[in-house]
Amino acid sequence: MTRDQESGARSQESASSFQLPASNRKHSLIGTSPQRIEGRAKVTGAATYVDDMQFGPNLLHGMLKHSPIPHGIIVRIDVSKARALPGVRVVVTGEDFPGYTGLYLKDRRIFALDRVRYVGDTIAAVAADTPEIAQQAVDLIEVEFEPLPGVFDPEFGASPEAPLIHPELGNYEAVPFIFPQPGTNVSNWMKVRKGDMDKGWAEADLVYEHKYRVPHIQHVPLETHVCVAQQDVNGKITLWSSSQSPFAQRNLIAKALHISHSKLRVITPYVGGGFGCKAGVSMEGAAVALAMNAKGRPVKLRMTREEEFYTTFVRQGLVAIIKMGMTQEGRITAVHNRFYWDGGASTEYGTNITRAAGYSGTGPYYVPNIHIDSLCVYTNHPVGGAMRGFGMPEIHWGIEQHIDQMAEKLGLDPVQVRLINCLKDGDETLTGMIMHPTGLSQCIQKAAEAIGWTSPPAPLLEGEGSHKRRGKGLAAMWKAPAMPPNPGSSAIVRMNEDGTATVSIGGVDIGQGALTAMAQLAAEGLGVKIEDVRVNTVDTDYSPYEWQTVASRLTWSMGNAVLQAAENAKLQILQTVAEAWNEDINDLDIIDGQVVSYRSEESRSLRDIAVYGMQRPDGTWIGGPVLGRGNFMPEYVTPLDPETGQGPRAVVHFTTGCQAVEVEVDEETGEVQVLKIVSAYDVGRAINPDMVRTQMEGGAVQGMSTALLEGIILQNGVPRNPNFTDYRIATAVDAPLELESIIVEVPQDDGPFGARGVGEHPMVPTAPAIANAVYNAVGIRIDSMPITSEKVWRELAKTRP
Amino acid sequence: MNHDIHLIVNGEAYLLSVPAHHTLLQVLREQLVLTGTKNGCEAGECGACAVLVKWPGADHAEPVNSCMVLAPEADGAEIVTIEGLAHDEQLDPLQEAFITTGATQCGFCTPGILVNARALLDRTPDPSETEIREALVGNLCRCTGYVRIIDAIEMAARAGREVAR
Repeated sequence: MTRDQESGARSQESASSFQLPASNRKHSLIGTSPQRIEGRAKVTGAATYVDDMQFGPNLLHGMLKHSPIPHGIIVRIDVSKARALPGVRVVVTGEDFPGYTGLYLKDRRIFALDRVRYVGDTIAAVAADTPEIAQQAVDLIEVEFEPLPGVFDPEFGASPEAPLIHPELGNYEAVPFIFPQPGTNVSNWMKVRKGDMDKGWAEADLVYEHKYRVPHIQHVPLETHVCVAQQDVNGKITLWSSSQSPFAQRNLIAKALHISHSKLRVITPYVGGGFGCKAGVSMEGAAVALAMNAKGRPVKLRMTREEEFYTTFVRQGLVAIIKMGMTQEGRITAVHNRFYWDGGASTEYGTNITRAAGYSGTGPYYVPNIHIDSLCVYTNHPVGGAMRGFGMPEIHWGIEQHIDQMAEKLGLDPVQVRLINCLKDGDETLTGMIMHPTGLSQCIQKAAEAIGWTSPPAPLLEGEGSHKRRGKGLAAMWKAPAMPPNPGSSAIVRMNEDGTATVSIGGVDIGQGALTAMAQLAAEGLGVKIEDVRVNTVDTDYSPYEWQTVASRLTWSMGNAVLQAAENAKLQILQTVAEAWNEDINDLDIIDGQVVSYRSEESRSLRDIAVYGMQRPDGTWIGGPVLGRGNFMPEYVTPLDPETGQGPRAVVHFTTGCQAVEVEVDEETGEVQVLKIVSAYDVGRAINPDMVRTQMEGGAVQGMSTALLEGIILQNGVPRNPNFTDYRIATAVDAPLELESIIVEVPQDDGPFGARGVGEHPMVPTAPAIANAVYNAVGIRIDSMPITSEKVWRELAKTRP
Repeated sequence: MNHDIHLIVNGEAYLLSVPAHHTLLQVLREQLVLTGTKNGCEAGECGACAVLVKWPGADHAEPVNSCMVLAPEADGAEIVTIEGLAHDEQLDPLQEAFITTGATQCGFCTPGILVNARALLDRTPDPSETEIREALVGNLCRCTGYVRIIDAIEMAARAGREVAR
């Protein structure tokens, strides 16, 4: 079945008994690259972010009281001095809001009640007339602790000797696919068991085990978390929030505070970057709690850069122990992997990262015999949350270096080893799902070719006699959207009097270009020019439901809903015209905002039809304001067996890809310069190829930044580098000299025009590709991220006589 | 304690009463509601708050992190913010180039980078790629990977040279 027939079938099921003929699909806008529709607002400073909104002199300034210790019992909280300070309007603590919240596991309170579990844990919040008074009030809150021993390493945390961080784990509410282990620090244990391990090891010519480490990193959106909350006279609360998840915030905060969903409205204007840290809820509940006591005054809560580094979300740390068997010919026979995730003080979100690591735990390879344990471990570290890649950059750091190590030990070419083992159409994945058509082999081949895998290295930048050495490295990847089995999308396309269309969606443009991609899909589905489509930012009172802006799912899932809504609007218009003109609907079409008849050659602008309707020959009217609707929710994902991780369909699909890099390593200083990164991804179908490339470029540099520079330094739970001087991210000087992005298109059967997501994937294989290139250059294997100059220099020093 | 200061911002003269501890960034964003200038770190490390400042007696403007300037220090200065880069709806060639090349994603770092790039092209109309990279070292961007920002500045520099010819 072609993509066209299939999407026609979808319209038929959901919209009406009539199906638009396949010839109605021109694909004129799909695969083209119109400019970002909000570009002018962003380059002129006119784009409004939450902190730019004006709330008048009535605005109160919120501030949080954080725990200075990593683990301890709260013996006493005294807020009396803070309350007595002139200008302080609200002080709230855990006693006021004792409920639990969380996306996958309800293990987190808005304010710590009986104990604190990390440096930065929120104990209380204040709202005052000025930020200065709020700061004084926070300082006046007295908290007495009884310190407890901490857990600062996930392997230790999973052991029976470790002190318990959540003794109440057994009482927490969890979604059915998360498996907490009460009486331990393990909040999720994802198991994958397949085949016969003894047989797998026996068939191998080489069995090799190695341990890899990934530190905590921070997302570093340039806009820190910020929100404003206000309660009106009817008790209804409005939350203006810089969020990837306006609907999830409404859901989680309403439940935590025991208020009706219809009494909480979340508005999200432009968002200054997210990368996962603005998914779910972190500090927003505290702002709502303050507003509920602020007598109608709006309360702003904005994280400082220091707070952003460790009090909202971080990326979890990982210790990965990878054991692999391989034949002399390079075929993987068995994999035994243990992933110890440093989940932090709450794993409400992190538990599902652990799960994703489980069902993706072989990397993008066919492996017959598998034993994987992915353990989410509580530690007294900052709270782990979603970050671009959702566990995949972390596990691929080990897996993709391991493949290179195995290949070298067996004297094989790592590209050939990947091509032999990589998943192909119809292969069974580790969880028993049949792999859909995928361009993974193509991506590996194209990336290798573009980096000149088989050709000798180019001359050094500094010429002969230099202390620099060049190397090439490559890594492959896969990633599925990690989410519940039933995350929904919906869209509304409203026609305006002038024939333009307004698209309402619940997903957020966090910079990835969602507004523009949706405008393209709506324009294509309706038959209007892209300039005649407006796409709204989110207001949960007016926008249709969207689960979250995560998992690289919007183009695929929300795109389906938008395309369907546009086609639904088109169908309504054509039905009206067919009756008014007494024509067969199959002879009608909409082209650039004009309804045309191929039979009578009549034509009429949407301006005359879409709101006012049309007059029949007898003088009566039909039609009326056109309102197209669309929704999408995958209906085929199956549960997995809790003991084996096996099931027919673990996930909706996998986006696959490969990156190849060339580096120059300075043997005197250990400094690594990335010269070139080639990215090749199978995106199904690129709706906007240029924006797909911008995702690949930005992801590659973010991946490079984490590979070489980043890591939160935690000493006994205390973050030591929460600023941009001590936590460096890549600058324009660090960015590679050349980035090449290759789009591979093997269509997704249920994506709009075959599209699947690519937002997260470009940073997944970057770090191991760089590690492999560093090895190729100087023979040093750095198994612990980041690959700092210091580490490379130390390792090089060891090899010198 | 408050100070009275004179500022010229985007060509408009202001007499403002500013608290001694407020920064120029606060004055621009809170008193003048010129919110295009962003607050990214309040420590002079990210460049999101960059504006062009022509200090009293100076002959040209320089890019400054406005979070690092106390408002009273700016007395008498001429300031250009992102809102002052375009003239009469006519975008600066840099702004056009940023749209054309796709050099903005989330957009939060964009105002600071544009202002800084304008200063670069004013002093070096034909910068090399290395000069562009070095000029941007104080502006963090987490979305784009910088390559298109560099492309955009090169494109605007070419456009500027063509206008000059």
